Amino acid sequence: MQGNVHTHASTIQAHFSLHYADTAATGFNLDVNLTMPGTGITAIFGHSGSGKTTFLRCIAGLEKPQQGYLIVNGALWQNSATFLPTHQRPLGYVFQEASLFAHLTAKGNLAYAIKRSDKPYASELYEQVIATMDIDSILTRYPHQLSGGERQRVAIARALLIQPRILLMDEPLASLDSTRKQEILPYLERLRSTVDIPILYVSHSLDEVTRLADAIVVLDQGRVTAQGSLAEVLSRIDLPINNTEHAGVILSAKIVERDSQWQLARLAFSTGDIWVNDSGDELGQTVRVRILARDVSLALAPHSDSSILNQLSVNIAAIAADDDQSMARIQLVFGNDYIVARLTQKSVYQLQLKPGMNIWAYIKSAAIVR
Amino acid sequence: MIFSEADLAAIGLTLRLATTVTVLLLLIGTPIAWWLARTQSWWKGPVSALVALPLVLPPTVIGFYLLLAMGPQGFIGQLTQQLGLNTLPFTFWGLVVASLFYSMPFVIQPIQNAIEALGRRPLEVAATLRAGPWECFFTVVLPLAKPGFMTAAVLGFAHTVGEFGVVLMIGGNIPGETRVVSVQIYDYVEALQYGQAHTLAGAMIAFSFLVLLALYGFQRRQAALGMKYGL
Repeated sequence: MQGNVHTHASTIQAHFSLHYADTAATGFNLDVNLTMPGTGITAIFGHSGSGKTTFLRCIAGLEKPQQGYLIVNGALWQNSATFLPTHQRPLGYVFQEASLFAHLTAKGNLAYAIKRSDKPYASELYEQVIATMDIDSILTRYPHQLSGGERQRVAIARALLIQPRILLMDEPLASLDSTRKQEILPYLERLRSTVDIPILYVSHSLDEVTRLADAIVVLDQGRVTAQGSLAEVLSRIDLPINNTEHAGVILSAKIVERDSQWQLARLAFSTGDIWVNDSGDELGQTVRVRILARDVSLALAPHSDSSILNQLSVNIAAIAADDDQSMARIQLVFGNDYIVARLTQKSVYQLQLKPGMNIWAYIKSAAIVR
Repeated sequence: MIFSEADLAAIGLTLRLATTVTVLLLLIGTPIAWWLARTQSWWKGPVSALVALPLVLPPTVIGFYLLLAMGPQGFIGQLTQQLGLNTLPFTFWGLVVASLFYSMPFVIQPIQNAIEALGRRPLEVAATLRAGPWECFFTVVLPLAKPGFMTAAVLGFAHTVGEFGVVLMIGGNIPGETRVVSVQIYDYVEALQYGQAHTLAGAMIAFSFLVLLALYGFQRRQAALGMKYGL
């Protein structure tokens, strides 16, 4: 058995073992044993059928696993003797499809949450939530009079107004078309800076995860295949999730200089820096920057005659084969940060790339994400 | 006045019976409908069949067995006697008990359908918003399934008003106690008093038509209001 298990106040410890009687029919069993950060946004990432929604439902108490152990920031929600029913768990839940009560207006739906809120009603919070989700003008409407995106914004506001200690979001954008997704993403990004409770965000979209999450749990067939900070997991080249066209890393960097003439900002990492399009953020602010593997190329020596602005001195940490047999993925380390490059096998051969080599990484494009 | 003294007594009795039965059936039928809508149990089939039996059986069959059950040797009769009451046949409350069985499917099935149509999602949403099971029923299920409950109440009421065979078997023909409108009409026809029969029978047709018209009008308005489930 495990020896020193400390119950940290700000972690979510979840151990679920859920077996369906007819596994053949449902396709999987859920078997997870996780400790997740008790702050920030943690993405639960996986393909459909990976068990990510079931996992979230277990946390909410909407599914009852045969074996379960759940502690959320110090509070016991489930063990072999205890099973707190859903309505006694201080959580907020946003379902995949909007789930507003059809017999109540948007405002009525919010009032339903406020009436049952875990903490006394505060009008400042109400105004803040209404403003964050930008729903003031649609409050008098019934759900069937709202667009999909509007319904989902009201649903998120409702989950916030219950004033939960954790927010669970089950693919809140999955039922929306891509235009509506882009419409809602900024609201979710705003959540991260306005809400101080942990958020578990289930998604199968690497793009959403990259924009929103601080940490990530990767599920496959009901099991955890990777877990850690977003930067760490996205920089691992052994994971199938990073084996796509859009694979890339997320780095934190500080804005140290803004060049108004060229509309650029200089971002500093632990070692090295790069120029990106100025996003309008303040000097000194820490931002997230995304670098796609396909936008990184390697050279043995620095260049001064290239159009590419950004070059970093890096060390090759590892090389792995790509799904595409002509391609390879190279994990590069500089200071405390990792980036990944996706190159042809031919280039790897011609440059004689080996782990441990010092080399120059050219970054064709990098973008600040929020 | 087109109705006689006896007609008014029969109408009053019929309305009293139908109201009592409808209220009791909504109270008894809702938990059964809930269970039928939610259960995965093996018992769902047999219980559904039992509930639906009055739809297909001749009223005389139901009446016959209820008469035996409520009689001095029957299990309901034994029970009422032990409680210090008389046996139920040929009393108002005997009619009530019989009508509960006879009108049961008309109340349970619409409620069951409405709850099934709701799905689990609204209940789950209510639970994530701190509503316990009872609160969830009154604040979410009842308003969302309102059309189903309305249909159940109207059909249960109208069907009890239209009852004849079971009444005759259980209640007989006691003025002011068990002589409901349908029996009164039967008496008129037996006595060849077609004029009086016309008055009451015509009133029944008008009443039933108006009740059903009101029900369908209500359902149409609900649909127009967009009370669609699962939004």
